[in-house]
Amino acid sequence: MDLTLRIWRQRNADEAGAMTTYRVTGISEDMSFLEMLDHLNEELILAGDEPVAFDHDCREGICGACGMVINGQAHGPERTTTCQLHMRHFSNGDTIDVEPWRAAAFPVVKDLVVDRSAFDRIIGSGGYVSVPTGSAPEAHATPVPKPVADLAFEHAECIGCGACVAACPNGSAMLFTSAKVVHLNVLPQGGPERESRVLGMVDAMDDQGFGGCTNTGECATACPKGIPLQSIATMNREYLRASLKGGRRR
Amino acid sequence: MALATRADRPPSLIGSVWRSTVGKKAVMAVTGVIMLAYLVAHVVGNLKIFFGAGEFNAYGHWLRTVGEPFLHHEWFLWIARAALGTAVVLHGVAAYQLSRRDLAARPRQYERKRPRASYATRTMRWGGVIIALFIVWHVLDLTTLTVNPNAQEGRPYENLVASFDRPAVTAFYIVAMLALGLHVRHGFWSAAQTLGANSARRDRVLKFLANALALVLTCGFIAVPVGVLTGVVS
Repeated sequence: MDLTLRIWRQRNADEAGAMTTYRVTGISEDMSFLEMLDHLNEELILAGDEPVAFDHDCREGICGACGMVINGQAHGPERTTTCQLHMRHFSNGDTIDVEPWRAAAFPVVKDLVVDRSAFDRIIGSGGYVSVPTGSAPEAHATPVPKPVADLAFEHAECIGCGACVAACPNGSAMLFTSAKVVHLNVLPQGGPERESRVLGMVDAMDDQGFGGCTNTGECATACPKGIPLQSIATMNREYLRASLKGGRRR
Repeated sequence: MALATRADRPPSLIGSVWRSTVGKKAVMAVTGVIMLAYLVAHVVGNLKIFFGAGEFNAYGHWLRTVGEPFLHHEWFLWIARAALGTAVVLHGVAAYQLSRRDLAARPRQYERKRPRASYATRTMRWGGVIIALFIVWHVLDLTTLTVNPNAQEGRPYENLVASFDRPAVTAFYIVAMLALGLHVRHGFWSAAQTLGANSARRDRVLKFLANALALVLTCGFIAVPVGVLTGVVS
Protein backbone atom coordinates (compact mmCIF):
# COMPACT_ATOMS: atom_id res chain seq x y z
CA MET A 1 0.00 0.00 0.00
CA ASP A 2 1.44 3.37 -1.02
CA LEU A 3 0.24 6.49 0.75
CA THR A 4 0.71 10.24 0.78
CA LEU A 5 0.86 11.65 4.29
CA ARG A 6 0.36 15.29 5.18
CA ILE A 7 1.68 15.61 8.70
CA TRP A 8 1.79 18.61 11.02
CA ARG A 9 5.44 19.38 11.76
CA GLN A 10 6.30 21.86 14.51
CA ARG A 11 9.75 21.97 16.07
CA ASN A 12 8.65 23.27 19.46
CA ALA A 13 5.91 25.18 21.26
CA ASP A 14 7.28 28.58 20.22
CA GLU A 15 7.80 28.07 16.48
CA ALA A 16 5.04 28.03 13.92
CA GLY A 17 4.20 24.67 12.37
CA ALA A 18 3.06 23.59 8.93
CA MET A 19 1.63 20.58 7.14
CA THR A 20 4.45 18.65 5.44
CA THR A 21 3.94 16.02 2.75
CA TYR A 22 5.64 12.58 2.85
CA ARG A 23 5.35 9.50 0.67
CA VAL A 24 5.37 6.06 2.24
CA THR A 25 5.46 2.84 0.24
CA GLY A 26 5.07 -0.84 1.04
CA ILE A 27 2.65 -0.39 3.92
CA SER A 28 0.94 -3.59 5.02
CA GLU A 29 -2.77 -3.38 5.74
CA ASP A 30 -2.14 -5.30 8.97
CA MET A 31 0.02 -2.46 10.35
CA SER A 32 -1.46 -0.23 12.97
CA PHE A 33 -1.47 3.49 12.23
CA LEU A 34 1.39 3.96 14.71
CA GLU A 35 3.41 1.18 13.06
CA MET A 36 2.93 2.96 9.76
CA LEU A 37 4.34 6.13 11.40
CA ASP A 38 7.21 4.05 12.86
CA HIS A 39 7.93 2.91 9.30
CA LEU A 40 7.97 6.54 8.11
CA ASN A 41 10.22 7.55 11.00
CA GLU A 42 12.74 4.82 10.20
CA GLU A 43 12.98 6.17 6.68
CA LEU A 44 13.30 9.75 7.97
CA ILE A 45 16.09 8.75 10.38
CA LEU A 46 17.97 6.89 7.63
CA ALA A 47 17.66 9.98 5.44
CA GLY A 48 19.06 12.13 8.27
CA ASP A 49 15.78 13.91 8.92
CA GLU A 50 14.03 14.55 12.22
CA PRO A 51 11.46 11.79 12.96
CA VAL A 52 7.83 12.73 13.56
CA ALA A 53 7.19 13.03 17.31
CA PHE A 54 4.00 11.39 18.59
CA ASP A 55 2.79 10.08 21.95
CA HIS A 56 2.26 6.35 22.43
CA ASP A 57 2.67 3.85 25.23
CA CYS A 58 0.72 0.59 25.64
CA ARG A 59 -0.37 0.20 22.00
CA GLU A 60 -3.23 -1.91 23.33
CA GLY A 61 -5.92 0.79 23.37
CA ILE A 62 -6.04 1.07 27.15
CA CYS A 63 -3.61 3.79 28.21
CA GLY A 64 -4.83 6.89 26.38
CA ALA A 65 -1.34 8.11 25.47
CA CYS A 66 -1.67 8.03 21.69
CA GLY A 67 -3.97 10.37 19.88
CA MET A 68 -3.91 12.35 16.67
CA VAL A 69 -6.49 13.78 14.33
CA ILE A 70 -6.57 11.73 11.14
CA ASN A 71 -8.49 13.22 8.21
CA GLY A 72 -10.29 15.60 10.58
CA GLN A 73 -11.40 12.87 12.97
CA ALA A 74 -9.92 12.23 16.41
CA HIS A 75 -8.25 8.78 16.33
CA GLY A 76 -9.25 8.46 12.67
CA PRO A 77 -12.19 6.81 10.94
CA GLU A 78 -12.75 3.93 13.38
CA ARG A 79 -14.09 4.30 16.90
CA THR A 80 -10.90 3.24 18.63
CA THR A 81 -7.56 4.61 19.74
CA THR A 82 -4.96 5.45 17.09
CA CYS A 83 -2.81 2.47 18.11
CA GLN A 84 -5.73 0.11 17.42
CA LEU A 85 -6.54 1.69 14.07
CA HIS A 86 -5.29 -0.53 11.27
CA MET A 87 -4.19 0.46 7.80
CA ARG A 88 -6.83 -1.83 6.25
CA HIS A 89 -9.26 1.05 6.82
CA PHE A 90 -7.36 3.06 4.20
CA SER A 91 -6.89 2.43 0.50
CA ASN A 92 -3.83 2.36 -1.70
CA GLY A 93 -3.05 5.86 -2.99
CA ASP A 94 -4.92 7.69 -0.19
CA THR A 95 -3.79 11.07 1.05
CA ILE A 96 -4.04 11.13 4.85
CA ASP A 97 -3.95 14.32 6.95
CA VAL A 98 -2.42 13.87 10.40
CA GLU A 99 -2.68 16.68 12.93
CA PRO A 100 -2.29 17.09 16.68
CA TRP A 101 -5.29 17.66 19.00
CA ARG A 102 -6.31 21.28 18.46
CA ALA A 103 -7.38 23.07 21.61
CA ALA A 104 -6.13 26.17 23.42
CA ALA A 105 -5.86 24.10 26.61
CA PHE A 106 -3.67 21.50 24.84
CA PRO A 107 -0.66 23.43 23.49
CA VAL A 108 1.49 21.62 20.93
CA VAL A 109 4.82 20.49 22.41
CA LYS A 110 6.27 19.10 19.19
CA ASP A 111 4.75 17.78 15.94
CA LEU A 112 1.81 15.59 17.04
CA VAL A 113 2.56 15.75 20.77
CA VAL A 114 0.37 18.03 22.85
CA ASP A 115 0.55 18.92 26.54
CA ARG A 116 -2.50 17.34 28.18
CA SER A 117 -1.55 18.24 31.76
CA ALA A 118 -4.68 20.43 31.93
CA PHE A 119 -6.52 17.11 32.43
CA ASP A 120 -4.28 16.31 35.40
CA ARG A 121 -5.17 19.64 36.99
CA ILE A 122 -8.89 18.86 36.57
CA ILE A 123 -8.37 15.45 38.23
CA GLY A 124 -6.29 17.10 40.96
CA SER A 125 -9.19 19.33 41.91
CA GLY A 126 -11.62 16.55 42.82
CA GLY A 127 -11.23 13.46 40.63
CA TYR A 128 -10.38 11.17 43.56
CA VAL A 129 -11.80 9.84 46.82
CA SER A 130 -10.07 10.74 50.08
CA VAL A 131 -9.45 7.56 52.06
CA PRO A 132 -7.23 6.94 55.06
CA THR A 133 -4.22 4.83 54.19
CA GLY A 134 -3.38 1.76 56.22
CA SER A 135 -5.26 -1.50 56.47
CA ALA A 136 -7.50 -2.28 53.50
CA PRO A 137 -11.21 -2.02 54.36
CA GLU A 138 -13.35 -5.15 54.32
CA ALA A 139 -14.66 -5.45 50.73
CA HIS A 140 -18.23 -6.24 51.80
CA ALA A 141 -18.49 -3.36 54.27
CA THR A 142 -19.82 -0.98 51.59
CA PRO A 143 -22.48 -2.63 49.43
CA VAL A 144 -22.74 -1.28 45.88
CA PRO A 145 -25.83 -2.26 43.85
CA LYS A 146 -24.96 -3.92 40.54
CA PRO A 147 -26.56 -1.21 38.29
CA VAL A 148 -24.61 1.48 40.18
CA ALA A 149 -21.39 -0.48 39.86
CA ASP A 150 -22.04 -0.90 36.12
CA LEU A 151 -22.72 2.82 35.69
CA ALA A 152 -19.57 3.72 37.61
CA PHE A 153 -17.55 1.27 35.56
CA GLU A 154 -18.92 2.57 32.27
CA HIS A 155 -17.56 6.00 33.22
CA ALA A 156 -14.34 4.67 34.77
CA GLU A 157 -13.47 3.37 31.31
CA CYS A 158 -12.32 6.89 30.32
CA ILE A 159 -8.61 6.73 29.51
CA GLY A 160 -8.12 10.51 29.38
CA CYS A 161 -6.88 10.49 25.78
CA GLY A 162 -8.43 13.89 25.01
CA ALA A 163 -10.29 12.86 21.85
CA CYS A 164 -13.42 14.54 23.24
CA VAL A 165 -11.62 17.88 23.50
CA ALA A 166 -10.05 17.42 20.06
CA ALA A 167 -13.40 16.60 18.42
CA CYS A 168 -15.39 19.34 20.16
CA PRO A 169 -15.77 22.50 18.04
CA ASN A 170 -15.44 24.45 21.33
CA GLY A 171 -12.42 22.55 22.68
CA SER A 172 -14.55 21.60 25.67
CA ALA A 173 -13.55 19.05 28.31
CA MET A 174 -17.10 18.41 29.51
CA LEU A 175 -17.18 14.72 28.53
CA PHE A 176 -13.85 13.97 30.22
CA THR A 177 -14.82 15.85 33.39
CA SER A 178 -18.30 14.33 33.47
CA ALA A 179 -16.88 10.81 33.09
CA LYS A 180 -14.85 11.24 36.26
CA VAL A 181 -17.60 13.11 38.16
CA VAL A 182 -20.21 10.44 37.35
CA HIS A 183 -17.79 7.57 38.04
CA LEU A 184 -17.12 8.74 41.59
CA ASN A 185 -20.37 10.54 42.45
CA VAL A 186 -22.59 7.50 41.93
CA LEU A 187 -20.50 5.32 44.24
CA PRO A 188 -20.94 5.36 48.03
CA GLN A 189 -17.18 5.87 48.40
CA GLY A 190 -17.49 9.13 46.45
CA GLY A 191 -20.44 10.37 48.50
CA PRO A 192 -18.64 12.45 51.15
CA GLU A 193 -17.03 14.65 48.45
CA ARG A 194 -19.97 14.64 46.05
CA GLU A 195 -20.50 18.42 46.04
CA SER A 196 -16.92 19.67 46.38
CA ARG A 197 -15.83 17.27 43.62
CA VAL A 198 -18.15 18.55 40.90
CA LEU A 199 -17.74 22.19 41.88
CA GLY A 200 -13.96 21.92 42.06
CA MET A 201 -13.59 20.01 38.81
CA VAL A 202 -15.90 22.32 36.82
CA ASP A 203 -14.03 25.36 38.19
CA ALA A 204 -10.69 23.80 37.24
CA MET A 205 -12.02 22.91 33.77
CA ASP A 206 -13.03 26.53 33.20
CA ASP A 207 -9.70 27.81 34.59
CA GLN A 208 -7.71 25.66 32.12
CA GLY A 209 -9.26 27.47 29.15
CA PHE A 210 -11.51 24.72 27.83
CA GLY A 211 -14.65 25.91 26.03
CA GLY A 212 -18.24 25.30 27.08
CA CYS A 213 -20.62 22.61 25.90
CA THR A 214 -23.00 23.35 23.02
CA ASN A 215 -24.36 19.79 22.94
CA THR A 216 -23.04 19.04 19.46
CA GLY A 217 -22.30 15.46 20.55
CA GLU A 218 -18.99 15.30 18.63
CA CYS A 219 -17.20 14.24 21.84
CA ALA A 220 -19.30 11.15 22.46
CA THR A 221 -19.02 10.18 18.78
CA ALA A 222 -15.22 10.39 18.93
CA CYS A 223 -14.75 8.75 22.35
CA PRO A 224 -12.91 5.42 21.88
CA LYS A 225 -14.38 4.18 25.15
CA GLY A 226 -18.01 5.05 24.43
CA ILE A 227 -18.62 7.49 27.31
CA PRO A 228 -22.24 8.56 26.63
CA LEU A 229 -23.34 12.15 26.01
CA GLN A 230 -25.87 11.85 28.85
CA SER A 231 -22.94 11.89 31.30
CA ILE A 232 -22.70 15.61 30.65
CA ALA A 233 -26.37 16.00 31.66
CA THR A 234 -25.63 14.09 34.85
CA MET A 235 -22.66 16.32 35.62
CA ASN A 236 -24.78 19.42 34.97
CA ARG A 237 -27.38 18.09 37.40
CA GLU A 238 -24.70 17.37 40.00
CA TYR A 239 -23.24 20.85 39.52
CA LEU A 240 -26.57 22.65 39.91
CA ARG A 241 -27.51 20.48 42.88
CA ALA A 242 -24.17 21.18 44.59
CA SER A 243 -24.45 24.92 43.88
CA LEU A 244 -27.95 25.09 45.38
CA LYS A 245 -26.79 23.09 48.39
CA GLY A 246 -24.04 25.65 48.96
CA GLY A 247 -21.31 23.06 48.49
CA ARG A 248 -18.75 25.80 47.91
CA ARG A 249 -19.29 27.25 51.35
CA ARG A 250 -18.25 24.18 53.22
CA MET B 1 -4.12 24.17 68.72
CA ALA B 2 -5.03 26.28 65.73
CA LEU B 3 -8.68 26.94 65.18
CA ALA B 4 -10.19 26.66 61.73
CA THR B 5 -11.05 30.18 60.70
CA ARG B 6 -12.80 31.47 57.68
CA ALA B 7 -11.10 34.53 56.27
CA ASP B 8 -12.72 34.97 52.87
CA ARG B 9 -16.33 35.77 52.33
CA PRO B 10 -17.86 32.75 50.59
CA PRO B 11 -18.78 33.42 46.97
CA SER B 12 -22.45 34.11 46.31
CA LEU B 13 -24.57 31.52 44.52
CA ILE B 14 -25.52 33.84 41.66
CA GLY B 15 -21.93 35.05 41.19
CA SER B 16 -20.40 31.59 41.10
CA VAL B 17 -23.11 30.19 38.82
CA TRP B 18 -22.74 33.09 36.35
CA ARG B 19 -18.94 32.76 36.34
CA SER B 20 -18.90 29.07 35.44
CA THR B 21 -19.63 27.80 31.94
CA VAL B 22 -22.05 25.19 33.30
CA GLY B 23 -23.92 27.80 35.36
CA LYS B 24 -24.12 30.28 32.50
CA LYS B 25 -25.53 27.56 30.27
CA ALA B 26 -28.14 26.89 32.95
CA VAL B 27 -29.13 30.57 32.78
CA MET B 28 -29.47 30.20 28.99
CA ALA B 29 -31.57 27.06 29.44
CA VAL B 30 -33.96 28.61 31.96
CA THR B 31 -34.41 31.84 29.97
CA GLY B 32 -34.83 29.77 26.81
CA VAL B 33 -37.58 27.68 28.38
CA ILE B 34 -39.35 30.87 29.58
CA MET B 35 -39.25 32.31 26.06
CA LEU B 36 -40.41 28.99 24.61
CA ALA B 37 -43.42 28.90 26.95
CA TYR B 38 -44.25 32.43 25.82
CA LEU B 39 -43.99 31.42 22.16
CA VAL B 40 -46.48 28.60 22.66
CA ALA B 41 -48.98 31.10 24.11
CA HIS B 42 -48.11 33.53 21.30
CA VAL B 43 -48.78 31.06 18.48
CA VAL B 44 -52.14 30.08 19.98
CA GLY B 45 -53.10 33.78 20.10
CA ASN B 46 -51.92 34.32 16.52
CA LEU B 47 -54.12 31.60 15.09
CA LYS B 48 -57.22 33.64 16.07
CA ILE B 49 -56.41 35.71 12.98
CA PHE B 50 -58.26 33.07 10.94
CA PHE B 51 -61.51 33.79 12.79
CA GLY B 52 -61.81 37.39 11.67
CA ALA B 53 -60.94 40.91 12.74
CA GLY B 54 -63.52 40.98 15.53
CA GLU B 55 -62.19 38.01 17.46
CA PHE B 56 -58.52 38.90 16.89
CA ASN B 57 -58.89 42.53 17.96
CA ALA B 58 -60.98 41.51 20.98
CA TYR B 59 -58.18 39.10 21.96
CA GLY B 60 -55.68 41.96 21.66
CA HIS B 61 -57.87 44.08 23.89
CA TRP B 62 -58.32 41.27 26.44
CA LEU B 63 -54.52 40.97 26.83
CA ARG B 64 -54.60 44.48 28.30
CA THR B 65 -57.25 43.58 30.84
CA VAL B 66 -55.77 40.30 32.16
CA GLY B 67 -55.67 40.23 35.96
CA GLU B 68 -58.18 43.05 36.49
CA PRO B 69 -59.37 44.12 38.96
CA PHE B 70 -56.40 42.77 40.95
CA LEU B 71 -53.98 44.25 38.45
CA HIS B 72 -54.41 47.66 36.90
CA HIS B 73 -55.05 47.99 33.14
CA GLU B 74 -52.04 46.68 31.14
CA TRP B 75 -50.06 45.76 34.27
CA PHE B 76 -50.01 42.06 33.34
CA LEU B 77 -48.77 42.98 29.89
CA TRP B 78 -45.93 45.09 31.31
CA ILE B 79 -44.93 42.42 33.83
CA ALA B 80 -44.75 39.90 30.98
CA ARG B 81 -42.76 42.34 28.85
CA ALA B 82 -40.28 42.98 31.68
CA ALA B 83 -39.82 39.24 32.28
CA LEU B 84 -39.38 38.51 28.58
CA GLY B 85 -37.03 41.45 28.07
CA THR B 86 -34.86 40.23 30.96
CA ALA B 87 -34.89 36.70 29.54
CA VAL B 88 -33.85 37.93 26.07
CA VAL B 89 -31.00 40.04 27.47
CA LEU B 90 -29.68 37.32 29.80
CA HIS B 91 -29.93 34.69 27.03
CA GLY B 92 -28.12 36.93 24.56
CA VAL B 93 -25.37 38.11 26.92
CA ALA B 94 -24.68 34.55 28.12
CA ALA B 95 -24.63 33.30 24.51
CA TYR B 96 -22.20 36.04 23.49
CA GLN B 97 -19.85 35.44 26.41
CA LEU B 98 -19.90 31.66 26.02
CA SER B 99 -19.37 31.90 22.24
CA ARG B 100 -16.35 34.16 22.73
CA ARG B 101 -14.92 31.63 25.14
CA ASP B 102 -15.71 28.66 22.86
CA LEU B 103 -14.07 30.26 19.82
CA ALA B 104 -10.95 31.10 21.85
CA ALA B 105 -10.76 27.50 23.14
CA ARG B 106 -10.42 26.15 19.58
CA PRO B 107 -8.06 28.60 17.88
CA ARG B 108 -7.30 26.46 14.83
CA GLN B 109 -9.55 24.34 12.63
CA TYR B 110 -8.57 20.99 11.16
CA GLU B 111 -7.48 20.67 7.53
CA ARG B 112 -10.50 18.54 6.68
CA LYS B 113 -13.48 19.86 8.53
CA ARG B 114 -16.13 17.22 8.96
CA PRO B 115 -19.00 18.62 10.97
CA ARG B 116 -21.17 15.73 12.00
CA ALA B 117 -23.49 17.76 14.20
CA SER B 118 -26.92 18.55 12.75
CA TYR B 119 -27.67 21.71 10.77
CA ALA B 120 -29.76 23.03 13.67
CA THR B 121 -26.84 22.59 16.07
CA ARG B 122 -24.39 24.33 13.78
CA THR B 123 -26.65 27.33 13.16
CA MET B 124 -27.49 28.14 16.79
CA ARG B 125 -25.29 31.24 16.93
CA TRP B 126 -26.20 32.92 13.65
CA GLY B 127 -29.77 31.69 13.90
CA GLY B 128 -29.94 33.37 17.28
CA VAL B 129 -28.64 36.61 15.78
CA ILE B 130 -31.32 36.46 13.05
CA ILE B 131 -34.01 35.88 15.68
CA ALA B 132 -32.71 38.78 17.82
CA LEU B 133 -32.82 41.15 14.82
CA PHE B 134 -36.29 39.87 13.99
CA ILE B 135 -37.52 40.58 17.55
CA VAL B 136 -36.39 44.22 17.21
CA TRP B 137 -38.18 44.57 13.86
CA HIS B 138 -41.26 42.72 15.13
CA VAL B 139 -41.68 45.02 18.15
CA LEU B 140 -41.17 48.15 16.00
CA ASP B 141 -43.67 46.82 13.45
CA LEU B 142 -46.54 45.41 15.49
CA THR B 143 -46.11 46.64 19.09
CA THR B 144 -44.88 50.24 18.87
CA LEU B 145 -46.21 50.49 15.26
CA THR B 146 -43.21 52.70 14.41
CA VAL B 147 -42.60 51.07 11.02
CA ASN B 148 -46.14 49.81 10.40
CA PRO B 149 -47.87 51.20 7.27
CA ASN B 150 -51.32 51.14 8.96
CA ALA B 151 -50.28 51.98 12.56
CA GLN B 152 -53.75 52.12 14.12
CA GLU B 153 -53.68 51.68 17.90
CA GLY B 154 -56.08 48.96 19.05
CA ARG B 155 -56.51 47.45 15.57
CA PRO B 156 -53.87 44.66 15.45
CA TYR B 157 -55.72 42.74 12.70
CA GLU B 158 -55.56 45.61 10.20
CA ASN B 159 -51.97 46.45 11.21
CA LEU B 160 -50.92 42.85 10.66
CA VAL B 161 -52.54 42.58 7.23
CA ALA B 162 -50.98 45.90 6.18
CA SER B 163 -47.56 44.72 7.39
CA PHE B 164 -47.70 41.45 5.44
CA ASP B 165 -48.75 43.27 2.27
CA ARG B 166 -45.03 44.09 1.96
CA PRO B 167 -43.28 41.05 0.32
CA ALA B 168 -39.87 41.83 1.86
CA VAL B 169 -41.40 41.85 5.34
CA THR B 170 -43.15 38.55 4.69
CA ALA B 171 -39.92 37.00 3.41
CA PHE B 172 -37.95 38.18 6.46
CA TYR B 173 -40.71 36.88 8.73
CA ILE B 174 -40.64 33.42 7.15
CA VAL B 175 -36.82 33.23 7.26
CA ALA B 176 -36.87 34.25 10.94
CA MET B 177 -39.50 31.62 11.74
CA LEU B 178 -37.44 28.91 10.02
CA ALA B 179 -34.45 30.04 12.08
CA LEU B 180 -36.66 29.87 15.16
CA GLY B 181 -37.72 26.32 14.36
CA LEU B 182 -34.10 25.21 14.00
CA HIS B 183 -33.17 27.08 17.20
CA VAL B 184 -35.96 25.37 19.17
CA ARG B 185 -35.14 21.97 17.67
CA HIS B 186 -31.65 22.01 19.16
CA GLY B 187 -32.39 24.42 22.01
CA PHE B 188 -35.17 22.52 23.77
CA TRP B 189 -33.26 19.24 23.97
CA SER B 190 -30.09 21.16 24.81
CA ALA B 191 -31.83 22.96 27.70
CA ALA B 192 -32.92 19.60 29.12
CA GLN B 193 -29.34 18.37 28.81
CA THR B 194 -27.95 21.53 30.46
CA LEU B 195 -30.39 21.40 33.35
CA GLY B 196 -29.56 17.74 33.90
CA ALA B 197 -33.03 16.53 32.96
CA ASN B 198 -31.77 14.25 30.19
CA SER B 199 -30.92 10.60 30.65
CA ALA B 200 -30.45 7.61 28.35
CA ARG B 201 -34.11 6.71 28.95
CA ARG B 202 -35.55 10.18 28.26
CA ASP B 203 -33.28 11.13 25.36
CA ARG B 204 -35.61 9.98 22.55
CA VAL B 205 -38.70 11.50 24.17
CA LEU B 206 -36.95 14.84 24.62
CA LYS B 207 -35.72 14.85 21.02
CA PHE B 208 -39.21 14.03 19.79
CA LEU B 209 -40.69 16.83 21.91
CA ALA B 210 -38.07 19.27 20.59
CA ASN B 211 -38.92 18.39 16.98
CA ALA B 212 -42.66 18.57 17.66
CA LEU B 213 -42.37 21.96 19.35
CA ALA B 214 -40.19 23.31 16.54
CA LEU B 215 -42.59 22.06 13.89
CA VAL B 216 -45.76 23.34 15.60
CA LEU B 217 -44.25 26.78 16.33
CA THR B 218 -42.79 27.26 12.84
CA CYS B 219 -45.94 26.09 11.00
CA GLY B 220 -48.21 28.02 13.35
CA PHE B 221 -46.34 31.28 12.93
CA ILE B 222 -45.82 30.92 9.16
CA ALA B 223 -49.54 30.15 8.68
CA VAL B 224 -50.34 33.83 9.35
CA PRO B 225 -48.30 35.46 6.51
CA VAL B 226 -49.29 32.55 4.23
CA GLY B 227 -52.92 33.35 5.09
CA VAL B 228 -52.39 36.97 4.11
CA LEU B 229 -50.53 35.98 0.90
CA THR B 230 -53.28 33.63 -0.19
CA GLY B 231 -56.04 36.07 0.68
CA VAL B 232 -57.54 33.88 3.44
CA VAL B 233 -56.80 36.78 5.79
CA SER B 234 -57.46 40.25 4.39
